[in-house]
Amino acid sequence: MSILIDETTPVIVQGFTGDKASFHAKEMIAYGTRVVGGVTPGKGGQTHLERPVFNTVKDAVQATGATTSLAFVPPAFAADSLMEAADAGLRLVCIITDGIPAQDMMRVKRYLRRYPREKRTLLVGPNCAGIISAGKAMLGIMPGHIYRRGSVGIVSRSGTLGYEAAAQMNALGIGQTTSVGIGGDPINGSSFLDHLALFEEDPETEAVVMIGEIGGPQEAEAARWVKENMTKPVIGYVAGLTAPRGRRMGHAGAIISSVGDTAPEKAEIMKSYGLTVAPSACELGTTVAAVLGRKSSGRIRA
Amino acid sequence: MDIHEYQAKELLSGYGVPIQRGAVAYSPEQASFAASELGGWHWAVKAQIHSGARGKAGGIRLCRTYHEVHDAARAMLGKRLVTAQTGPEGKVVQRVYVEIAEKFERELYLGIVLDRKAERVRVIASAQGGMEIEELAHTSPQAILQTEVEPAVGLQAFQAREIAFGLGLNIKQVSRAVTAILGAYRAFRSLDATMVEINPLVVTPDDRVIALDAKMSFDDNGLFRHREVSEMRDPSQEDPREAEASQDNLNYVGLTGDIGCIINGAGLAMATMDTIKYAGGEPANFLDVGGGASPERVTKAFKLVLSDGNVKAVLVNIFAGINRCDWVAQGVVQAARSIGIQVPLVVRLAGTNEQEGRSIIAGSGLPIISADTLAEAAQKVVAAARSHRA
Repeated sequence: MSILIDETTPVIVQGFTGDKASFHAKEMIAYGTRVVGGVTPGKGGQTHLERPVFNTVKDAVQATGATTSLAFVPPAFAADSLMEAADAGLRLVCIITDGIPAQDMMRVKRYLRRYPREKRTLLVGPNCAGIISAGKAMLGIMPGHIYRRGSVGIVSRSGTLGYEAAAQMNALGIGQTTSVGIGGDPINGSSFLDHLALFEEDPETEAVVMIGEIGGPQEAEAARWVKENMTKPVIGYVAGLTAPRGRRMGHAGAIISSVGDTAPEKAEIMKSYGLTVAPSACELGTTVAAVLGRKSSGRIRA
Repeated sequence: MDIHEYQAKELLSGYGVPIQRGAVAYSPEQASFAASELGGWHWAVKAQIHSGARGKAGGIRLCRTYHEVHDAARAMLGKRLVTAQTGPEGKVVQRVYVEIAEKFERELYLGIVLDRKAERVRVIASAQGGMEIEELAHTSPQAILQTEVEPAVGLQAFQAREIAFGLGLNIKQVSRAVTAILGAYRAFRSLDATMVEINPLVVTPDDRVIALDAKMSFDDNGLFRHREVSEMRDPSQEDPREAEASQDNLNYVGLTGDIGCIINGAGLAMATMDTIKYAGGEPANFLDVGGGASPERVTKAFKLVLSDGNVKAVLVNIFAGINRCDWVAQGVVQAARSIGIQVPLVVRLAGTNEQEGRSIIAGSGLPIISADTLAEAAQKVVAAARSHRA
C-alpha cells in the first residue's frame, strides 16, 4: 500500500504538450506511472507521447477514466485549470507551478468546497515537487531513483529537503511508502494534516516524517492533530532557525510575520504534542532510525 | 513588494478612500513650492521610506510656513532615517511627501490582511489608532474588531457598517467610514495586495474620515497583472544585492555571518544554513539558485555571494532533481576559474548524476573541498572559515 497514488492510478497531465510537462511526463511514464493522456486546449485529437490529447479535462476523464491529474500550467492560468479539474470530478490534482497569486489560490480553495466532502478534489501543491509512491508511481518532478520502497511516509513543504530526508533514510536502509510535497506557498491545496491522516490509515506506513519551515500556522495545527488522533510515530523538523524576521526566504510562504511563525517556536510546539523533533537537518535519517528502533523493540516487549 | 505612503494613498484614493491633498517632492525647493500650490495653513512633511514608525524617528514634521517646509525637507532628503523597523542601517530618504495638515478628533486603525490560517481576507479595526496593532493585540485584544471576508462574494456593506458602529462613530461618520473600508478592501482585492494598513484613519471635527497614513504590500506572484503597481518599485529601499539577485531570478537574502551559501531549493537552503549554525558557524546569506542551475547562473550566484566582504568560506549544496550534478559541477569549476575565488570552497553534490559531478570537481585541479553528506559539508565549511579567519 501507499497513499494517494500507485501503479494502477490513471493519470492525465494538464498542459501536456508544453516542454517541461513533456519532459516530466516521460520521466513519470518511465517510472511506471499509468499516464493515460493529457489536456491542452486547442490540441484535442492529437497524439503526444503515444497518448491522446484532449481539449478539456471533462473530455479526457470521459475517454480515459482518469482520476488524477498533474498540472503544469503557467501561473496566470493555473487557478482556472484547477477549477476545471475539480469540476470534471478528478479525485486528486497535483500542481507543480510556482508563482500563482495567493488570492487565486484562495478562490480555488473556496471553489473546491462547493462539492460534498466525499466528492471533493484533493489538491496537492502549488509550488511543490509532487508525489511519489516509491517503486510504484510518480506524479511530479522529483528524481525517482532516490526513493526506495519501505515503511516511512514523508510530507514536506520543500522539495529538495524532502529528497535530503529520503537520501538520509536510504543510507540507513530505511525506505519510503509515499513522499508528498505540499509546497512552499502561503496557501496550499492540502496541508500536513490532510496527508498525515492518510498515512495514519495506510497499513504499510509505520512512521511519518513531517518537514516544515518558517511561516504560517500549519505545522502547529498538524502537531495538535497528531497528538489527538495519530497512533503512528511522527518525526518532525522545521527549517529556518537562522531566518530573520520579516524576510521572505525563497518560498512565498516562508516568512516570519507573526507569533508562532519561527522555527524554534514550531519545533517547541511539535515537541509539546509528543512528536520527535530531529535536532538538525543532517539528523533526519538517524532520528527516524531511532524512532523505528524504539517502536520495534516496544513491539517485541509487548 | 512594498511601496511608499504617497503611492499607497494614490492607489487607495482611486478606490474611493478619502485622503488629504498632498504632493511628492525630491528637493527642498519642490517641497516649499508644493506647499504653496496645495494651499492651506499647515503642512506635514513626511519622509518616504519603506518603514513604519517614522514619526518617532523624526521622519514626520509639522510646518506652519513655506520656509519651515523647505527646512524640514532639507533636513530629511539624502539622509538615512533609522526607525524601530529599519534596523540600525536605516533607509535613505530620496523623496518627501508634503501634505495639508488639519485638525482631527479621533485616530482609528484599519488593516486588511491575508489570513493564512483561515485562507481568507481579514479586516481588522480598532478605536485606538496610532498604536502598533501587534502591541494592541498583546495588551488589549478586546479592543480589536475583526471580520472575515467570504471569497465568493467579497466584503459586504453590512460588515463594514458593523465595524464602523463598533468603533463608536456617529451616523454621519459611519457612512464615510464604510466608504473608506469598502474602498480599501476593493484596492486590496483588485491589486493582489497582501496588506493594507491605514494607521491612523482619522475623524475630523466636521465628521470627515481620512486616511492620514497608508501602507500597502503586494503579492510578488500577482505583480505580473498589475503594471501600475510593479512600476512603483523603488530599488533604493531594497538591499542592493537582493535587488541585483532578483534581476537574475535568484533568491538572495543577506545576513550577518561569514559563510556564503549557494543551494538549490528554498527548504534545503534554510536547512543547510541551520546545519551550519548547528556546526558552530554563521551563514552570510540565503541563496536559492533554483531548478535550472546553468553554469551562468552558478557564476552569477558566486559573484553575488562573494560581493559580501564578510564571506570567509563558501558552501555549495545541491540536491539535484531536475538539476543535474555534472551540469552544476561544470558551473562551479567555470565560476571558480573565471572569478578566482580567494576563500575556501566546499561542494556537496547529491542526486541526479552525482558521480559524474563529483569526478568533474575532483578532476578540475582546483582546491575544492568535497563532501558527501550535509553534515560533513557543514562541518568542513565551518572549519575552513575558521582557518581562513585565523
